[in-house]
Amino acid sequence: MTEQHKSRQELFLAEHRRMKYTVAAIRVISLVCLLILWEVASRAEWIDSFIFCSPSSIARCFVRMASDQSLFYHIWITLYETMVCFALSVLLGELFAILLWLSRRFARVMEPYLVVLNSLPKSALAPLLIVWLGANVKTIIVSGISVAIFGTILNLYTGFQEVDNEQIKLIRTLGGGKLQILKKVILPSTMPLLISIMKVNIGLSLVGVIIGEFLAANEGLGYLIIYGSETFKMDWMLMSIVLLCLIAMVLYKAIAALEKWYAKR
Amino acid sequence: MEALLRFQDVSFSYHTLDGETDVLSHISFEVKEGDFLAIVGPSGCGKSTILSLIAGLLKPEEGSIFFHEQLAAAHGTTAIGYMLQKDHLFEWRNIRKNAMLGLEIQRKKTKEHMDYVDTLLEKYGLEEFKTMRPSQLSGGMRQRAALIRTLALQPRLLLLDEPFSALDYQTRLEVGNDIGMIIREEEKTAILVTHDLSEAISLGNRIIVLSDRPCTVKDELQVVFPDGLSPLEKRNEPVFQEYFQSIWKEMRHHDGAA
Repeated sequence: MTEQHKSRQELFLAEHRRMKYTVAAIRVISLVCLLILWEVASRAEWIDSFIFCSPSSIARCFVRMASDQSLFYHIWITLYETMVCFALSVLLGELFAILLWLSRRFARVMEPYLVVLNSLPKSALAPLLIVWLGANVKTIIVSGISVAIFGTILNLYTGFQEVDNEQIKLIRTLGGGKLQILKKVILPSTMPLLISIMKVNIGLSLVGVIIGEFLAANEGLGYLIIYGSETFKMDWMLMSIVLLCLIAMVLYKAIAALEKWYAKR
Repeated sequence: MEALLRFQDVSFSYHTLDGETDVLSHISFEVKEGDFLAIVGPSGCGKSTILSLIAGLLKPEEGSIFFHEQLAAAHGTTAIGYMLQKDHLFEWRNIRKNAMLGLEIQRKKTKEHMDYVDTLLEKYGLEEFKTMRPSQLSGGMRQRAALIRTLALQPRLLLLDEPFSALDYQTRLEVGNDIGMIIREEEKTAILVTHDLSEAISLGNRIIVLSDRPCTVKDELQVVFPDGLSPLEKRNEPVFQEYFQSIWKEMRHHDGAA
């Protein structure tokens, strides 16, 4: 019986493994096929290689810019701005949500404004910010924060309100006041929510920073894309986009790792 | 003997935009040091409200509540321990830290108080579970941990708000027995609120029967069992059935009258 049981379990595990490897293989193969097709199409002049570029010229561009170090500078700038936006959007968002939670009257006054600001396309603000703050890093940071912060505030505040009233009652029965409720229940119980908001915000910060760099920068990957488009350096644009994909993936994975660590702790 | 708690002609209503709901109407009773008072009444009749009033979470609209002959509101809540329906142990704390929650809030994390909590944990079989998360414990152990969290502040009076209602029947009997024994052993005065008659009879030495909303005191009786019986053993005594029948009749009677 146990022999049979064991082998069934093994079959199940083998099936599971096969599925995993198949998925991974199809992912890699389809990407490689696409790249080969692109390269061939471009060399055989099926598509206009000037407009559509090719994987090899993107790779050459990468090697060229990596060897003169300029690329790393642009990556660093974008990464740095994104991290600052991310940190500030999470920190200020949490602080503001706490303020709303502390005063229900304040929350009710602010609610419609926050909803409107959250729905407003933040790219509409960027030109305004340039006029107000100048075409510099400040504008980029503020535009990055503006993309993420309103959603952060609203989601966190909703999360704070959804905390079980009985848990709050427990703190009150133990003689705790509002600050104790905040410290012992609200903040720790909404940690998972905060982490999932961080996952969203890291992406949104990147969006905001690139919007900002489009309009107000002379460095960073967003600048490379805009400059590439103005001067028809298609390899610059495509390489920057590929790098943005990689950055987005790495940042997301970092937060996912943080989430895993928190769950295991 | 002077009463530890005196509930004097208290009335209370809840207010919402849809109107006013009278919950308590002129309720009076007393609790003496060492009493285990059980309050029974139909679900939703306002039993929990009585406990919230005693704990000072709500203020009576009419009447007064005296704790040690002082107005209860002025007394603060530390001398009164409150055990809620669910254990509400926090998953982000281990069992020991959960039990210390009250001490943290009261800023009483002295060696003496912490030692007391550790002694309780050890005494009531949670020693080896101290560093575990609540989800790793059974319902019964969790409820014991919740009681220790309440006892940590060394309250004079314990309020139990249907603390077993979230458990399945068998665990409920065991935990009820456990908690009853612990309270007796720690010589605490307690008020238990429940809609479960057998629970009230097996744990309490006095029982107050409440009517439906707006609730009034319909009956008050002493429950006497041979000395030294555990709550579970009491359930097997012939006199248990007699108490059950008479209170049951009392409650039915009022249902009919309403």
